[in-house]
Amino acid sequence: MTPTERDATLYGRLVAYEGRAAATAGVGKDPVNLPMIRHWCEAMGDAHPAYRGPEAVAPPTMLQAWTMGGLAGHTGRSSAYEELFALLDAAGYTSVVATDCEQEYLRPLRPGDEITFDTVIESVSRPKTTKLGPGYFVTTRTDVRAGAELAGTHRFRILKYAPASRPPKSPDQAPRRPRPVINRDNAGFWEGVAAHRLLIQRCGDCAALRFPWLPGCADCGSPEWDTVEASGAGTVFSYVVMHHPPFPAFAPPYAVGLIELAEGVRMISNVVGVPYDKVRIGMPVRLEFVRADEELELPVFRAGGEG
Amino acid sequence: MKPGDELPPLTIPITRTLIVAGAVASRDYQDVHHDAELAREKGSPDIFMNILTTNGLVGRYITDHFGPRAVLRKVAIRLGAPNHPGDTMVLTGTVTDVDGETARVRVVGANGLGHHVTGTVTVEVPR
Repeated sequence: MTPTERDATLYGRLVAYEGRAAATAGVGKDPVNLPMIRHWCEAMGDAHPAYRGPEAVAPPTMLQAWTMGGLAGHTGRSSAYEELFALLDAAGYTSVVATDCEQEYLRPLRPGDEITFDTVIESVSRPKTTKLGPGYFVTTRTDVRAGAELAGTHRFRILKYAPASRPPKSPDQAPRRPRPVINRDNAGFWEGVAAHRLLIQRCGDCAALRFPWLPGCADCGSPEWDTVEASGAGTVFSYVVMHHPPFPAFAPPYAVGLIELAEGVRMISNVVGVPYDKVRIGMPVRLEFVRADEELELPVFRAGGEG
Repeated sequence: MKPGDELPPLTIPITRTLIVAGAVASRDYQDVHHDAELAREKGSPDIFMNILTTNGLVGRYITDHFGPRAVLRKVAIRLGAPNHPGDTMVLTGTVTDVDGETARVRVVGANGLGHHVTGTVTVEVPR
């Protein structure tokens, strides 16, 4: 299986856990108590008077703390939750980081309150590429009760990810741009680039121009073709600004343009010679070739050049 | 309080002690919040603050400002750039809605890497 197929298979297995219980009638390890409240306030530097004295309530933001497993770990988690994590661990997604926490507080928690909670696995994301590494977001929703009374709700999202290896720092090992995949269908394009000519395919039967290079004509189906050389003039048809995630050899933010060539076909490329936030639709651009490294040259488009 | 009101910023030095104290006070013993070596093995340059501590600090920022009668009703936060030791986080807030005694505040916590936290807090301030 390819990595993409593996991800699709894994996602199919993960998504089956949506809606299943992650904890049923979980019990807080300690009842709400003043020492834990005081330790929390000390750590946070929180001097709110409501959290002190004989009438003290717990800081509402402690909601999740009362449900934590602590050093000894969780008890009362469902097998569904353990299975979901085991699947991710086995696939190499071994690390966890929390990304979102949404809490609503319905009733104050007071010393002596016994905590119980129920957690459901609300959703599992498709595979995502993040700065930390590839992974899956898992969202749970927990109802926290004091005795029989609902005290608060807690939606929590974590990223379960495979730690990305740190890129090498030495300049001779600086990350390089990805290599193009060159095959019989597009070799002529890259031969053109090597000769500083941007070649567009032209159907041998109906004369329709096409880009990127393909074995047959999308208009009439003919496999016959020749090429025409682009004049190099074009305009920005559309663009996006890439902020995240960062990829090796690319320093965000940068603009990725969809360039409409004077000949009428469009191609995706970098827009250079203008800050990323100054790229605009309709902006005239002019073809040039940049050498990315000793093996790779790329066609890019410089802003502002009409001639 | 009225929409558009800006809360004075709160500057929080991110010390190793704060990160560890917050993790322990929230019963979170994930190694990335106290063991720098294991944090590095997991792709992080150092230990980083856990989400419960960020949640607690955001709550404190709001009640510090709105005073002793203020009661938190909702806190919804999203984490971005991690809080590592040696950094500084500056919390800022803007009142976006007011309904009677209840205000919604948009909160941003910025550190040297970018936005550590963005979120919305609903707070009730009985007169």
